[in-house]
Amino acid sequence: MNRWVNRLRGRNNEGVLALTILVVVTAMTLVNPDFFTVSTLFGILRNSLVETVFALGVLIVIISGGIDVSFPVIGIFAGYTTIVIAQGGGSDPGVLGALLVAVVIGSLLGLVNGGLIARFGLPTLIVTLGTQGVFRGVLLAYIGSKYIAELPASIAQLSTTDLFVVQQGPVAARLHVFVVPVVLLCLAVHWLLQRTMFGRGVYALGSDAESARRAGFPVARLQLAIYALVGLLAGIAGIAHVTLSRNANPYELAGTELDIIAAVVLGGASILGGRGSVLGTVLGVVLIAVIKNSLILMGVPGTWQRAAVGVLLVAGVSIQALGARRKAARRRAVELEEARA
Amino acid sequence: MGTTTSGTVLAARDISKRFGGVQALDSVTLEIQAGDVRCLAGENGCGKSTLIKILSGVEVPDAGEIEIGGTVRARMSPADALRAGIQVIYQDFSLFPNLTVAENIALTPLIAHRRKLIDPRDVRARAAAVVAELGVRLDVDATVEELTVADRQLTAICRALAEQARVLFMDEPTTALTQREVRALFRVVQTLRERGVATVFVSHKLDEVLEISQHVTVMRNGAVVASGRVEEFDRMSLARAMTGRDVRDQRDVPSLDGTARPVLSVEGLGLDGAFEDVTFDLRPGEILGITGLLGSGRSEIAEALFGVTPAQRGRVEVGGEQVDIRGIDDAVAAGIGYVPSDRLTEGLFLDQSIADNVVAGSLDLHRARSGLLDRARLARTIDTFFAALRIKAPSVAAPIRSLSGGNQQRVVLAKWLARGPRVLVLNSPTVGVDVGSKEEILDILRREAGRGTGVIVVSDDIPELVSVCHRVLVVRRGRIHQVVGGERVTEDSILGGLSA
Ligand SMILES: Nc1ncnc2c1ncn2[C@@H]1O[C@H](COP(=O)(O)OP(=O)(O)OP(=O)(O)O)[C@@H](O)[C@H]1O
Ligand SMILES: [Mg+2]
Repeated sequence: MNRWVNRLRGRNNEGVLALTILVVVTAMTLVNPDFFTVSTLFGILRNSLVETVFALGVLIVIISGGIDVSFPVIGIFAGYTTIVIAQGGGSDPGVLGALLVAVVIGSLLGLVNGGLIARFGLPTLIVTLGTQGVFRGVLLAYIGSKYIAELPASIAQLSTTDLFVVQQGPVAARLHVFVVPVVLLCLAVHWLLQRTMFGRGVYALGSDAESARRAGFPVARLQLAIYALVGLLAGIAGIAHVTLSRNANPYELAGTELDIIAAVVLGGASILGGRGSVLGTVLGVVLIAVIKNSLILMGVPGTWQRAAVGVLLVAGVSIQALGARRKAARRRAVELEEARA
Repeated sequence: MGTTTSGTVLAARDISKRFGGVQALDSVTLEIQAGDVRCLAGENGCGKSTLIKILSGVEVPDAGEIEIGGTVRARMSPADALRAGIQVIYQDFSLFPNLTVAENIALTPLIAHRRKLIDPRDVRARAAAVVAELGVRLDVDATVEELTVADRQLTAICRALAEQARVLFMDEPTTALTQREVRALFRVVQTLRERGVATVFVSHKLDEVLEISQHVTVMRNGAVVASGRVEEFDRMSLARAMTGRDVRDQRDVPSLDGTARPVLSVEGLGLDGAFEDVTFDLRPGEILGITGLLGSGRSEIAEALFGVTPAQRGRVEVGGEQVDIRGIDDAVAAGIGYVPSDRLTEGLFLDQSIADNVVAGSLDLHRARSGLLDRARLARTIDTFFAALRIKAPSVAAPIRSLSGGNQQRVVLAKWLARGPRVLVLNSPTVGVDVGSKEEILDILRREAGRGTGVIVVSDDIPELVSVCHRVLVVRRGRIHQVVGGERVTEDSILGGLSA
């Protein structure tokens, strides 16, 4: 019985999250029957796509016991620069070409973070706060500060491609094709974290960095790879964002780090490191999207939505703290059979 | 003897290491032969763990060279050492609390093999095989953070045994183990020895040292002071080599006022799955031992008295007044102090100074009339205990993490003595403490008792119990099996009660 409850709850409270999402959706539907429609569902999914990709990166750093606040800037840096390069080149790079450029830019910026952290052992928050400012400065000063409304044809076309469309009376609910690569990416990161030595190293590092070193994990290389990977994922998220919004605006995304970190922490990743899952993270992103959507429907102003996300972040951390207290060491069961001493 | 290989597998020459103002190692030379079990003995803080960390690549020496299997290495990382066949059971275990037991055991060898992919079933099978070979009970699917100290120690041991090592370092591997588990470990060491593995064993339990090792190297203040075959040593001479003086360990119990009213009475205490029907009185000034095999319920009784895992049934009176112990706060309010066995996770703030830790439990007792902390009195308390417990550190400002294991234990003791409790419960107070200091700690307990405190010592160190206790309760399967008192407190009678 207890085992069952524990399994449903999941290692990182995934069950509790799923339940919370259900409760919020049910409550909203009762209050406002228009809430639960296919088009709301697809809308929430579409709004969560970019955040999910960012969140995967944040999940990896948080598990490793660090934090990265530069990823939104890396994302927009990569996305915007890719469009600028495409325009400068004159010819359309195609979707894959653009993706490749964004990924390379994102990874390189991530490597800058990783290099500073691994080489000098600096606190990860301070490093990424610093590089965030630098990256943004370089973007606006050297690459461009203009809003670009005209995307290359291939990307513009992709931005209106739907996986399928459900006709509901007068409105058409559209599910964007990006759902497919995002799902694949989630599976890939899950596999990476659970089934590779790199992934287990990320957990080990966040669990106890000194023990990781003593066990022979190449800690510096691991950190380099972690921050490069965050940059890579941010690059993908950045180009996806530009595609979905059908324009490139270098002032966007900056400031969204709170929402995404909140989603990952709500999703059960421990800010102390060593704990977290892809499933939890996805649920965390969806929960925040559902709550924001509900607040919009209820006519709550935008500033209060940010406050709500802040409250959720604090709630997520508190739940973890309470959980940790409950997890006191088990008693060693008294040996009831005769000890053969 | 089945020793199949011989020759030096590891040689450390003229190793020196300094931490700030402390010369932890001063030109130490050590050679280890294949198939040899060598014991490193020495007082707390003499540099044993530091030497092990240098030979496993965790610390970089200031001077000296290391030769493994014929190759001299100038710089060695932990990964290099692992690949060269060096395995370590660290004194602090160095496990990953958030990972499962299986991963803790099986990942390290897989890293050394540069494996890129992980199959959880493979990891689990490898770990289960090691656990089975050692012949202990350990749930490989549990996460390490939810294990008891003993099971964490077993996990650390299994990890070191997962891979056929060339040299196996064991830094106090038996501190939390039951007799049976120690026997199992020794059997494995014997098998490894026959396969030509060299073992370096550190322990403050001199009987273990004399039993398991072939050679003994004694260190004092960072230098080797004696070395030889184990037959050349006995308990007394080994203790003398370590401390530089004679160490007595005869029975010395202060006389007791038999008419005084009990300071603690316990009646019918019970907790499901742990202990039942525990009844005893403790007089002021009395030192009561509670012993039993690990897992007999002896620690659980102590933890119940302190409210860590409260009892479900029974009555507790302190100083004649009934107290309802439902949590640690209740116990502290009633005047009960508790020195836990797991100092690393329960007793100390590792990154804080000695000073802060000593008074961490008694800040409320150091208030001036204004309600603010009385700095001068705090400083006096800190200095008193720092001196009385002879804590080896450059100053009271040194962080706990930089202390050797045995010295950390003294700080825990100081923290509780600073509260001046009416009843002091100590769980394995001298685990990891060297022979010389052990006697000093027992003297501190005698002094405390002499001031009218009731003292309960939970321990499996029988000679220690015989040395200080007025009475000893022997616990078996959660019940008080036997009470040994007065003249009958001897090693034989207690051992008889344990296993009869
Ligand atoms: N990281 C460190 N920083 C500062 N001092 C240290 C550090 N590590 C060890 N020391 C000091 O070096 C000395 C040797 O410590 P070490 O841990 O090697 O002792 P030990 O022989 O293992 O003792 P024990 O039996 O208590 O475990 C001690 O004085 C200790 O305080
Ligand atoms: Mg040590």
